[in-house]
Amino acid sequence: MTRAVFERQLNEVQEDMLVMASMVESAITHSMEALKNRDVALAQRIIDNDQKINQKRYDAEEKCIELISLQAPLASDLRTIISVLHITVDLERMADHAEGNAKIAIMLADEPPMKPYVDIPRMAEMAIKMMDGALESYRTRDTQRARQIIAADDAVDSLHEQVYRELLLLMIEDPRVIQRATYLMWVAHNLERIADRVTNICERVVYLVEGRIHDLNVSKY
Amino acid sequence: MRQLDLAESKRPVSPLSEPLEPLLTNDVAIPESGGTAAIRNPSEEAVFRLADVGVWYGNKHAISEISMSIPLKRVTALIGPSGCGKSTLLRCLNRMNDLIPGAQVEGSVEYHGADIYGRDVDPVEVRRRIGMVFQKPNPFPKSIHENVVFGAKVNGIRGDMGEICETALRQAALWDEVKNDLRKSGLALSGGQQQRLCIARALAVQPEVILMDEPCSALDPIATLKIEDLIRELVQNYTIIIVTHNMQQAARVSDYTAFMLAEEHGVNAHLIEYGPTTEIFTNPRDKRTEDYITGRFG
Repeated sequence: MTRAVFERQLNEVQEDMLVMASMVESAITHSMEALKNRDVALAQRIIDNDQKINQKRYDAEEKCIELISLQAPLASDLRTIISVLHITVDLERMADHAEGNAKIAIMLADEPPMKPYVDIPRMAEMAIKMMDGALESYRTRDTQRARQIIAADDAVDSLHEQVYRELLLLMIEDPRVIQRATYLMWVAHNLERIADRVTNICERVVYLVEGRIHDLNVSKY
Repeated sequence: MRQLDLAESKRPVSPLSEPLEPLLTNDVAIPESGGTAAIRNPSEEAVFRLADVGVWYGNKHAISEISMSIPLKRVTALIGPSGCGKSTLLRCLNRMNDLIPGAQVEGSVEYHGADIYGRDVDPVEVRRRIGMVFQKPNPFPKSIHENVVFGAKVNGIRGDMGEICETALRQAALWDEVKNDLRKSGLALSGGQQQRLCIARALAVQPEVILMDEPCSALDPIATLKIEDLIRELVQNYTIIIVTHNMQQAARVSDYTAFMLAEEHGVNAHLIEYGPTTEIFTNPRDKRTEDYITGRFG
């Protein structure tokens, strides 16, 4: 007794999730480019695309509900579907953060620059690297890798704190930059949240493989 | 491993009212809570403790080396593919295998610390305490009332038979449907009602344990759900061990699940995994359990 049809559907829903993940990753990358290059058109495309990402999440949810109700999945099949349900929600929220950054990129496009962006793009790079690793750990069911990525979140949090302090100092020095600096604080905050969401994905990888639900992201921040 | 003499009729028989306690006990070790990775015996008070239980049908070793403890007032489900020895194991628990020609049981089955295959044990008394409900409802061709009180009368239970009948029918969630028709034949009831009548008949002799061998496999989905609800009600007062082919049913009704697998159909079946039902169905430890419950077996 094999379940070829179910197996195919289970693979499809996971592939859809990985396609959605690549859309989210590209939204994060492009939102940074839009910010750095003051590219309003690119920022607008990210905002428009967010609807497609949202739709992907709803599609995944529907497929998962259908699989649960019609196929009565158990054990690792059930854990896979539950993981997909959680991960797609995290991905959708990550895309919302990227969309938020795209909106800020539009608002900052006509403002004079404060200083070259260094740490914020670094935060984005770190978050994207974490995301790549998390998805790879999902594909390979590598819990060790997933745990390493969770541990790497501290570095993003640390950088976030640093950016926050710097922006605060800039505001103290020159109140005219308060609005711009506040926008950038939001950008940094969004990136920090994206990295947090990546750790949620890693927790789901651990659940998928080991069947245990833990809060593994016990950060010192 | 101890081969038992199965010539029961020649054994001295204990009086019906005697408790089963003063019988020999075996010192065969059963893993306590934890056990091997896949066999996780409940840490709760046990009704049964099985050690190296095996059954031979003639020269065929049907099940072997089953060691597990079965907890009090819980539902324990036995699952596995057909021919994996689930029903054989179930029948070991109230000596129903004694009735099968050529069947031999080895190892020990302790019920509250007493070996039910001990020399002084009356198998009839064992079966009174450990009742059984079968796959197909099998009411006697008698009235509903007679069906329920039959076992009680045979077992010498005294008291108001009307009251015994009502109590058992209420416990079996059948009273409201039949209270005005107690003289009607049990065979006139629907399949689901007949099965609940059989459950009432088992309850009327005041057992402690009820063994159920695929009790819903001949019933429609609504009747099945009624029996499942009933099982959850009954477990407040009884220990229930159920054999089922329906994994969703095992998941819905049981607290603990045991998965069995044979080397080939009907030959040398072993206990592969045993533990809390939620763990078995969400995170089984043995790949063979995983393959079976996800439908990828074989």
